[in-house]
Amino acid sequence: MTKSKENGKFNFGEIYNKFGIFLVFLLMFVIFSVWNQSFLSGMNVRNILRQIVVITIMACGEQLMIICGMIDLSASRVLACAGTLSAYTVLATGNLFAAILVGLGVALIFGAFNGIVIVTFDIPPFIATLASMMVAEGAIMTFTGGQNYSNLGAAFQFIGQGYIGPIPFPVFIMAFILLVTYYILSWTPIGRAMYAVGGNTAAARASGINVKFTKFFAAAYAGLMSGIAGIVLMSRMNSGQPAAAVSYEMDAITAVIIGGTSMSGGTGTVVNTIVGSMIIGIIKNFMNLQNINASLQKVVLGLLVMVAVILDIQVRKSRSKG
Amino acid sequence: MEKKKKVLELKNISKSFPGVKALDEVTFSVEEGTVHVLVGENGAGKSTLIKIINGMYTADEGELYVFGKKVTMHSPRHMKELGIATIHQELNPVPDLTIAENIFLGRLPTRGPGIVAKKRMVEEAQKLVNDLGFSYDVKRVMRSLTVSDMQIIEIIKAISVNAKIIIMDEPTSSITEGEVAVLHEQIHRLKERGISIIYISHKLDELKQVGDQLTVLRDGKTISTHHIDELTTDEIITKMVGRKMDNVYPVKEAEIGEKLLEIKNLTQPNVFSNISFTLHRGEILGMSGLVGAGRTEVVRAIFGMDSYSSGEIIINGKSVEIKKVSDAIQEGIIMLSEDRKLEGLVLIRSICENIGLPNLKRYRGFLLNKKREREDALEMKEKLAIKAPTIGTEAQNLSGGNQQKVVIAKWLLQNPVVFIMDEPTRGIDVGAKYEIYKIMCDLAAQGAGVIMISSELPEIIGICDRTLVMAEGRITGEVTREDFSQERIMSFALGGKAVNDEK
Repeated sequence: MTKSKENGKFNFGEIYNKFGIFLVFLLMFVIFSVWNQSFLSGMNVRNILRQIVVITIMACGEQLMIICGMIDLSASRVLACAGTLSAYTVLATGNLFAAILVGLGVALIFGAFNGIVIVTFDIPPFIATLASMMVAEGAIMTFTGGQNYSNLGAAFQFIGQGYIGPIPFPVFIMAFILLVTYYILSWTPIGRAMYAVGGNTAAARASGINVKFTKFFAAAYAGLMSGIAGIVLMSRMNSGQPAAAVSYEMDAITAVIIGGTSMSGGTGTVVNTIVGSMIIGIIKNFMNLQNINASLQKVVLGLLVMVAVILDIQVRKSRSKG
Repeated sequence: MEKKKKVLELKNISKSFPGVKALDEVTFSVEEGTVHVLVGENGAGKSTLIKIINGMYTADEGELYVFGKKVTMHSPRHMKELGIATIHQELNPVPDLTIAENIFLGRLPTRGPGIVAKKRMVEEAQKLVNDLGFSYDVKRVMRSLTVSDMQIIEIIKAISVNAKIIIMDEPTSSITEGEVAVLHEQIHRLKERGISIIYISHKLDELKQVGDQLTVLRDGKTISTHHIDELTTDEIITKMVGRKMDNVYPVKEAEIGEKLLEIKNLTQPNVFSNISFTLHRGEILGMSGLVGAGRTEVVRAIFGMDSYSSGEIIINGKSVEIKKVSDAIQEGIIMLSEDRKLEGLVLIRSICENIGLPNLKRYRGFLLNKKREREDALEMKEKLAIKAPTIGTEAQNLSGGNQQKVVIAKWLLQNPVVFIMDEPTRGIDVGAKYEIYKIMCDLAAQGAGVIMISSELPEIIGICDRTLVMAEGRITGEVTREDFSQERIMSFALGGKAVNDEK
């Protein structure tokens, strides 16, 4: 840190890169705690955790996509489609296992479909997932006629509302997903391959990496994450709602970017994404506590994304100077 | 000799970056209407020096004079106004616009608001081109020009905005010998018009053709400045590397052994046809030819990067089908791409990860064996003398030679049987070149076969046992070491003759 001082220039990008997003998070946390007494209460902390679960799970999927240089715009509609069908199944059969299987299966199919379209026809992920977003939305609306399915039963509700000790059950699901994502990214060959594909696709291919499979895997994984998030969300609402969670993928992408994953691919760790997601979580929660209305909250979050992207560019500039 | 006017003068310029002193009291000057050649190994400080001259960096200490006036304001725009232009190694013309449009890009002459005065633009551009003594039709589309022509256009553009001092950063690194000759001729023409040029190149043999004066940089210091005729090429090299280099090429000791790779009638319509050759163990086989002769396409097909429609690839007596890169790797066939930034490295990732990339299978397990990966990377860093603070350093922060070593390192871990190197020494300094030749010789000594594509005949002659020559997608000749001569290889590269000899 003193090095950049010696140089006579205060390079914000460099500092940000070194200390990371953690400082920002801590700073916000401290400020919010001092500002509003109820922020740190046990109940509120549990609330924050419960609120970030869905976005964090989706962010794990988006992160893999973004690291590969792709993006998944279909996530929230796949979430609604898979989650609603899962709720429908539990109502129709009363079988929890079948409901989960349907939810995950539908989401996985969407993800795999995205992946196949992207790699076989070389369609930009932006377009491919935009199209499947419409397909998912239209499909579930056709199936349900816009109707919600409520009262899903205690077993199904436990997924999103249950507690183990003082900790909400969905937090365990989130922790597990984070662990799996961390494992994939940091400790498996395919994780390595993803960074290479996003960093330089041509070099990855020339190194014998199966670029198509790598991209397919990321897209399928992102789909699966939407499914898990969908089941958790519908369970928490105790209702299968085909119109729920509109534009949640934007929050997930925001979390990934705030965490420091570059939109141009090839960088980013899951740890940063957790922090990114928590930053969004505490900001939203704090604004709720302060009674700031939802529209104004959007303005704040929008500005936040801009700041994050500016930081991303600064960091990249300072890194490539060497 | 009459004393010429100094157009640019640098006095005791120093510049530091965190941890490195890039320039240390550099003194350097350029006389009017001359070509001043700047040589030095990668990392010697050439690019920093250029960036100080063109205003990208500000010197920590020292003084800079342009046309005898001290420069106090440092910005790229200001230096441009003073008449300094830089022609970068990688050009970025707009390929689908005409020469005239490229020359006037960003300042198109207009009549009325927002309407381009096309006719006037063409006339002015043509006049400019003619006045400088060139003969391009400015209505031609940029894409139809060769790289050297594009460089000339770039220079014309610079002069049209009043450039008096032109910095050329490795202008010949990616053009053919014929184009080099054209470029040099044009440079002579510019000199006569009082334009001064700072010329940077790693190709030492061309310096005498083009240069008037020469300054050697080493470790951020000016070692000495000479009249170009005062030094022999060997003396220049000695000054650059700071030690005596007995030989530019290592002595190859490997014996040529049994047949290793056989290519039979490999064909891809409109790209290359009927390519047949053999490679033996312990052999370094050259592939010469002009840029665009199809050499790269052939080896890419052998490596599974591009497809071929017919023909046979036989390795160790076994016919193999190579459809994708991993098939080639499986057979021990490895290729170093000609563009290391484009296809060799993931620049934003670490040295360690780059070396590990093709070798991930070796580290497979429930948890990726990062310890072994690190050990491999460290071993390679040591073995190939990769100069970097740690193996965690991002590839983009390395010099060209060290980047190339990283790419080689990642492939050496595969224990290649056939190592294809496409222009392995392009844009790399003399010292690193020697090390890369040495690696090729070592591979041959271990019983591997090496294929080297190169557009530089001296290195083909210096290191290869035998060379194939290609022209227009066909092999037009084969020359063995005993018969090596630049003329002979060139005549095959220009096509025609050889085909008649053979049939």
